[in-house]
Amino acid sequence: MKVSLAAAVSIASVSRRFGAVQALDNVSLEIAQGEIACLVGQSGCGKSTLLRAIAGVEDIDSGALALYGHPVTASDVFVEPENRNIGFMFQDYALFPHLTARQNILFGLRKLGRKVAGERTDQTLDRLGIAALADRYPHMLSGGEQQRVALARALAPQPQVMLMDEPFSNLDSRLRDTIRQETVSVLRSLGTTAIIVTHDPEEALSLGDKVVLMRKGKVIETGTGDAIYTYPQTAYAAEFFSRVNRIPARRSGDWLDSPLGRFAAPCGSSGPVFLYVRPQAVVLDEAGIAAKVTRRVLLGEIEEVTLAVEGLADPLVMRTSERCGVSIGGDVRIGVNPDHVLVFADDESARAALPRG
Amino acid sequence: MALVTYTKPRSRSRFTLNGWVVFSVIVAALALLPVLTIALTAVGNTGTLWSHVVANVLPQATRNTLTLLIGTGILVTIIGTGTAWLVTAYSFPGRGILEWALLLPLAVPTYIMAYAYMDVLSPLGWIQDTIRAILGYSSPRDFRLPDIRTMWGAIVLFGFVLYPYVYLTTRAMFLTQASNLVEVARTLGVGRSAVFWRVALPLARPAIAVGVSLALMEALNDVGASQFLGVRTLTASVYTTWIVRTDLTGAAQIATAMLVFVVTLILLERMARRQQRYAHSAQRARTMTPTRLRGWRGWLALSIGSIPIVIGFLGPALYLVLAAIERVQFAGVSPYIVRATINTVTMSATATLVVLVAGFGVAYAARLRPGAATDALARISALGYAVPGTVLGIGILIPVAAFDRFVDQSMRELFGYSTGLLMIGSGAALVYAYAARFLAIASGGIEAGLSRIPLSYDHAARTLGHTATGSLARVHLPLSRTALTAAGLLVFVDCMKELPATLLLRPLNFESLSSLLYGEAARGTYEEAALAAVIIVAIGILPVIFLARTGRMSQSSSAAESRL
Repeated sequence: MKVSLAAAVSIASVSRRFGAVQALDNVSLEIAQGEIACLVGQSGCGKSTLLRAIAGVEDIDSGALALYGHPVTASDVFVEPENRNIGFMFQDYALFPHLTARQNILFGLRKLGRKVAGERTDQTLDRLGIAALADRYPHMLSGGEQQRVALARALAPQPQVMLMDEPFSNLDSRLRDTIRQETVSVLRSLGTTAIIVTHDPEEALSLGDKVVLMRKGKVIETGTGDAIYTYPQTAYAAEFFSRVNRIPARRSGDWLDSPLGRFAAPCGSSGPVFLYVRPQAVVLDEAGIAAKVTRRVLLGEIEEVTLAVEGLADPLVMRTSERCGVSIGGDVRIGVNPDHVLVFADDESARAALPRG
Repeated sequence: MALVTYTKPRSRSRFTLNGWVVFSVIVAALALLPVLTIALTAVGNTGTLWSHVVANVLPQATRNTLTLLIGTGILVTIIGTGTAWLVTAYSFPGRGILEWALLLPLAVPTYIMAYAYMDVLSPLGWIQDTIRAILGYSSPRDFRLPDIRTMWGAIVLFGFVLYPYVYLTTRAMFLTQASNLVEVARTLGVGRSAVFWRVALPLARPAIAVGVSLALMEALNDVGASQFLGVRTLTASVYTTWIVRTDLTGAAQIATAMLVFVVTLILLERMARRQQRYAHSAQRARTMTPTRLRGWRGWLALSIGSIPIVIGFLGPALYLVLAAIERVQFAGVSPYIVRATINTVTMSATATLVVLVAGFGVAYAARLRPGAATDALARISALGYAVPGTVLGIGILIPVAAFDRFVDQSMRELFGYSTGLLMIGSGAALVYAYAARFLAIASGGIEAGLSRIPLSYDHAARTLGHTATGSLARVHLPLSRTALTAAGLLVFVDCMKELPATLLLRPLNFESLSSLLYGEAARGTYEEAALAAVIIVAIGILPVIFLARTGRMSQSSSAAESRL
C-alpha cells in the first residue's frame, strides 16, 4: 500500500517561465488524499499555471509533479493529461456547446462501455440534482446550472484529483454561497482530493482544509484557514486576507512606541517595524487616544468609521458590529486590542505575535 | 477509491515530436517544393546559361507584363475606389442592389471575360454591326472600333473584371473607419466633396493597396486572356515555351523572372495589411450616414455605378447564356461537355478535400504547439496563393516528371512493368497544384474557425480522457463545421476556374471545363465553350453570394478575407 502513504499531489521545485514572466518560481507543495486545498492569490500570481501544470495541459521548465506517488511530469517523464485520471473544472465551464448535458457527461466516460457509462451518468445527474437538465444544451442552461453540469462532468469519471479553476467566479453572489457549499459537500462525501484556485480571500478561507497563498510565482504561506488568518507569518498574508491599518512603530528597549500607544516588542526583531492593526481591533475607549471622525459608512451588519489620529499620516479604519453613535467631525477616544495586533519588520519577513498586556 | 495505474507514461527526449507537427512540416515542404524548384533553376542558370529563347522572349514579355500590371492597377483603383465610395457615401435608388452586384465580376475569370468580348466585339459581331447601322456605314472596312486584341483591350478587360478586389477591401475600410473621421472633418470645415480627397482616400490607402495587389496577382496569374488577346506576357511565355517549344528549362527560367513580380506583390500586400491593422485599432466601427441623392442625381449615380457591372458581368454573362442556349438548341449537350464537367468536379472535389485536410492539420498543429515554428510552417504552407498557376505548374512539373520517370524506370527494371506517368497520368499532379495554390484560402478560414473555440475546450477534452486527435474529431471538427464548409466552397470554386496549372498538368486527353474552353478559343472554334463558360460562371457566383452576405456584416469574414 505504498500509494496510500504518498501524498495525493506532490509538487517538487516546479518552475515555469513565460517570456519575461516567472509564472512559477520553485514551487513545492504536498496535498494529502481527501484534502481540499485552495490556491489563492492575486491574478497573475501563478495559481492557474500551477493547476494547469498538474493537469498536464501545461508543461513545466523544471521540477517534478507526482500524483499518488507516480511521477506525471518530470524531466524524463510526461503523462498526457488524458492518462492522469484527474478532473478539471474550468472558469468558463468549457461545456461543449454541440452536446447536451448528458452527452457532455458521457464524453468523459468513453472507456467504461455504453451501459456502465449510462448508469454512471444517471447516478451523477441524480447526485447533483440535475437529472431534469440532462437533455438540454449548454446555451439553454443558467449559469448555476452550467456550473452543476460542469461539476458533474468532471466528477463522473471518478477522478483521483479534482482541479477547479475559479469554479464559482462566474456566479452571482447570492447563488455563489449555496453552490459553493453544495460543491464542497459533494467533494467531501466522495472523499475526492481537490485543488481549487480562487482570487477571493474569503472563499479561500471558507472552502479549504488547506490554504496556499501565492505571489509572483512563489508560495508565500501555507496553512489552515484559521492559522493563516489569525497568525499570518508574513505581512503580505496579513494584508491579503484582511483589511489592516499599517502603523509605523519605533523600538525602545522591550517596547514598541507608536501613535496608537505602546506595545510589547516581539523578541528577535530589530530595525524599523510596522504594527498591523485589524479594523475590528480598534475600539472606542474613554481612556484611550484622541481621534477625530472623518468618515462613517454603514455596511449593513458592520459599521466602518475612518479616524484621523495625531501622528498618523494615513487615516485609521475602525470596524464594529455595534452602532457606536459617532458623527462626522466628532471627537472620540480609542484604544487597540493588542490581541489583534501583528508586528512585522519592514522587510516583511519576520512576524511575531505580541504578548498580552 | 479506485486507483488507476497511469497508462502510457511516455518518456521524453529533449525534442518531442508531435504527429500533427510532423504533418505540418510535410505540408509546408510540399508547398515549398515548386517555388524552390523554380528558384533553384534561376540560381543554377546564371549568366551565360540562359537559353536563346529566353534571351529573346524575356525582355519583351517583361515589358508587356509591367505595362499590363500598371494599366490594370490604375484602372482597378479608379473603378474599385470610386464604386466603393459611391455606395458608402451616397444613398440613391438601387444602392442596395449595387452594393452586392458590384461583386459579381468576381464570378467571371479573366479568360472567360476575354473569350466573351472577343466574339461580342469582333468587327463582325452585333455591337459593331449596330454601331455601323446607326452611323450609316455599310462594311467593317469603312468603320470599326479599335481592336480589342491589344494591350489596351487587355487592360480594360482586366480592369472591369478585377476591380471587385479593390471595391471589397476599400468598402470594408470605408464602412468601419470613415464615419467618425468624416464627421470630424466636416466640423473642421472640410467641404462635402473635399472629404473624399482629403479624408477618405488617404484613409483607404492601405485597403486600396491590399485590393490592388490581390487584383494584380490575378492579372499576373492569367494565361488565357492574354493568349486570346495576343498579349505576350510572362505567364503566356512560360506556357508557350513549354507547350509549344517543349523547353522546360526555358519555361522555368522565365518563371523565375515572374517570381520577382510575385515577391513585389506579396511585399506590397503585407505592408499594406500591416498599416491597415494600425488603422483598425484606432476606431470602433460605426456606419457612416450616406448623403441622399434625389431626382436625376440619384438615377445618374445608379447608372454610373452600374457600368462596371454591365461590362464586367451582365454583358459577358448574357452573351454566354444566349450563345449556350443557341448551341444547345442546335446540337444538344455533347458528351464532351458532360465528361469535362465530371472531370472538373472530380478533380476540384478531390483537391478541396486535400486542401481541407492539410489546412486543418496545419492549423491544429499550430494550436497544439503554439510558437514561432508552427507559425512559420503555417505561413510557408500558404505560400502558393501568390504564385501564378503557370509558375506553380512548371515548379511541380519538373520534380513530378522526374519522380514519374524514376518510378517507371525502376518498375520496368525490377518487374518489367511500366507504370507510365504515375503522378501526371492519374491527375495527382494536378490535385497537388490545386492544393498548393489554394491552401491559403482554406487555412485562413479554418484558423479563424478554430480560434473561436476556447482553449479550455481542448483542455476539458484532454482531462476527460481523450487524446489530442480524439478531441479533434469530437470537439473541433463538429464546432468548426461552418468554417470548413465556407472554406471548402471557396476552394472548390477556385479549383474549378483554374486554367494555367490545369493546362500544364492535366493528364493526356483530359479536359476540364476551363481547358476545354481554352482549347476552343485558341482554335477559334466557338462550339461547346460558351456552355462550359456558363457552368463556370454560374458556380463562380456561389462564393460571391457568400462574400456579399459577409460583406454586409461590414467585417468581411476571415475566410473571405484570406481569399481576397
